[in-house]
Amino acid sequence: MRRFLVLILLLTVAVGFNAFAQGKTTPLTLWTFQPIHLDFYNAAVKVWNAQNPGKAIDLQAEAFPYADLHNKLLVAVQSGVGAPDIADIEISKFPNFLQGDIGLVPLNDVIDPFRDKFVQARLAIYAKDGINYALCFHVGATVMYYNMDIMKAAGVNIDKIALWDDYVKAGQQVVAKTGKPMTTLETTDQWSYWPLITQQKSDFFSPDGKITLDNATNIKTLQFMQDMIYKSKIAVTAPGGFHHAEQYWGAMNAGGFGSIWMPMWYMGRFTDYMPDLAGKIAIRPLPRWTKGGYRSAGMGGTGTAVFKQSKIQDLAKKFLFFAKGSKQGNIMIWQILGFDPIRWDVWNDPAMSAPNKFTEYFQNDNIFKMLLTVKDEIYPVTLTAKTPDLTDMVRNTIMVQVLQDRSKTPAQALKEAADQLRQ
Amino acid sequence: MRRSIGSGRFAPYLFVLPFIVSFLAFYLYPLVSTIIMSFQDILPGQTHFIGLLNYQRLKNPFMYTAIWNSFRYTVFTIAVLIPIPVLLAVMLNNPGNPANSVFRGALFIPTLVSVVVAGTIIRLLFAASPLAIVNSLLSPFGVKPMDWLVGNASSAMFLLVGMATWRWTGVNIVYFLSGLQNIPRELYEAASIDGASAWYKLFRVTIPLLKPTIIFVTTISVFGGFAMFEESYILWSGNSGGGSPNNVGLTMVGYIYLKGFQGGAMGLGSAIGLILLLIVFAVSLLQLNLFGFFKREEQ
Repeated sequence: MRRFLVLILLLTVAVGFNAFAQGKTTPLTLWTFQPIHLDFYNAAVKVWNAQNPGKAIDLQAEAFPYADLHNKLLVAVQSGVGAPDIADIEISKFPNFLQGDIGLVPLNDVIDPFRDKFVQARLAIYAKDGINYALCFHVGATVMYYNMDIMKAAGVNIDKIALWDDYVKAGQQVVAKTGKPMTTLETTDQWSYWPLITQQKSDFFSPDGKITLDNATNIKTLQFMQDMIYKSKIAVTAPGGFHHAEQYWGAMNAGGFGSIWMPMWYMGRFTDYMPDLAGKIAIRPLPRWTKGGYRSAGMGGTGTAVFKQSKIQDLAKKFLFFAKGSKQGNIMIWQILGFDPIRWDVWNDPAMSAPNKFTEYFQNDNIFKMLLTVKDEIYPVTLTAKTPDLTDMVRNTIMVQVLQDRSKTPAQALKEAADQLRQ
Repeated sequence: MRRSIGSGRFAPYLFVLPFIVSFLAFYLYPLVSTIIMSFQDILPGQTHFIGLLNYQRLKNPFMYTAIWNSFRYTVFTIAVLIPIPVLLAVMLNNPGNPANSVFRGALFIPTLVSVVVAGTIIRLLFAASPLAIVNSLLSPFGVKPMDWLVGNASSAMFLLVGMATWRWTGVNIVYFLSGLQNIPRELYEAASIDGASAWYKLFRVTIPLLKPTIIFVTTISVFGGFAMFEESYILWSGNSGGGSPNNVGLTMVGYIYLKGFQGGAMGLGSAIGLILLLIVFAVSLLQLNLFGFFKREEQ
């Protein structure tokens, strides 16, 4: 018995020593709000470890609920303790992190050698006074996803839909022939509304940061959306309020709606949450508002940043740039996440047209070729310190008041919210 | 030294020390620091006093909605969660019936279910789709499928109060049962001999003697009602903003969370917290006064 115990002791010591001798892997904590992103980071760290044996990383990546993650990060920054090494910060929360003494590490030194290879608008949204604090995943080009079973049943040719007016007409045809709504509109989120106004070179803020929420274009566009539900009756409000609700996924997956406009990053939601639509969805650019108008809009974003509290800032910065700033990383972003990466010099890479789970799911022959046609039709969005508040208003009041209970006209709802924000 | 600890001089202080320390660290210090923070603008690494600006900022529709929702929720939960548990407790207080222990257990189980689980299930039960369980159960009765959670203030409040009722009935029954145990049997016997009916006994014997328990339950319900946050947070948690459409589920604590934690405006959050403290304080005093809690016992 005693001999056995001694053996065990020796073994433990040996294993422990062995681990100590090899222990050059540095633990690196990473937080995100999107479980899908974890797949990407775990794949990226594998490649990194293979290429940098001396700087191997033991990635401890965790996904939190959206609100939870941003609260934790904000409290960590304010209190000075508890932040991870790297974290994903969603675009509409990002301005919160650019106030006071900024707790994020400048990334200029890793970006600068390749600066001209990036889509500049996607760097600018996470920069302040010329300093870059985060790297985005994607351009977020907004596109239209059509359920081709329904389009065929209604006899609609989606390639003939050029203008939004055509879209409404096609929608009426779909409703008449199939009894199904052409599309759904979000009442508790902003992805139905925001792309439509940026398509027309409008926004919630002017480029110099003034509130333009209640300008004529925005009022007209919101009226257009309300009319889609109550006048032409081609749309309904999204079940569950937004396009990330289980209820919506269930209904859409069952073939409940003809189409949906969401940014490119929504492809991952199709493949992961709506498996029954595999092979039935075709992606096209958005209809234009006027002849020669823009056919897309760059929406959403996730700025990944390194925190100043990190004890391994240099390694974290290098890994972050490898994952989201390198050519290889950008190709992996497309392959694993189905996002349109922010480095334009990979867009023509043969890897972008190779088959993967997205090319299999969607009907398009070459998703990226379609995307390349709209890359110059993306108007940059403006974020300010008031963006988080404004986003809350769009999500919690404006959309519901105008699209759901119609307690206010578009002009009233937008004016009221804008006036409150101007105070 | 040994003797001095054992002596009457130090021992009492030693025994109350845990309370004093936890009171200072977890109550007094946060309270004082909240009061100070409510006059400050707090950014990471940059904090400065801004006078009453945080309080002026609270003169907005969101704050009014939050107060109104919290107030309504408290009133409704008290209106439901006192009479129903009292009646159920009286019915369950019959040791002769073996089925009662089953009922007691059944009524208490919801308390053990986490808010997150319960809220998520309720959210799915009351989904907007005509195929969702509640809508499909109501449709044979000619009720059109409705969106219970999005934008409709009364159905949203109905769900919140319903969820509270489901979860807290069991706890309140336990309180009232223990109150009932303290009522002497002889009083009922005497009442029976005097020919009192069951109703008469309930209103003349049980309820008056249950008054201390009712006061206690009402007081904690006032605190619980104004502090409500999790239920609303979970019912609308799919909503990435953390708020609810049209702010139908916005409570005062929810507004603290929205401003202080989500928006990083700790100063503003502190100001809301202090206003909440004053409101709860005032309501509790008023309610205890109404119950005659501060009156001297009649001789």
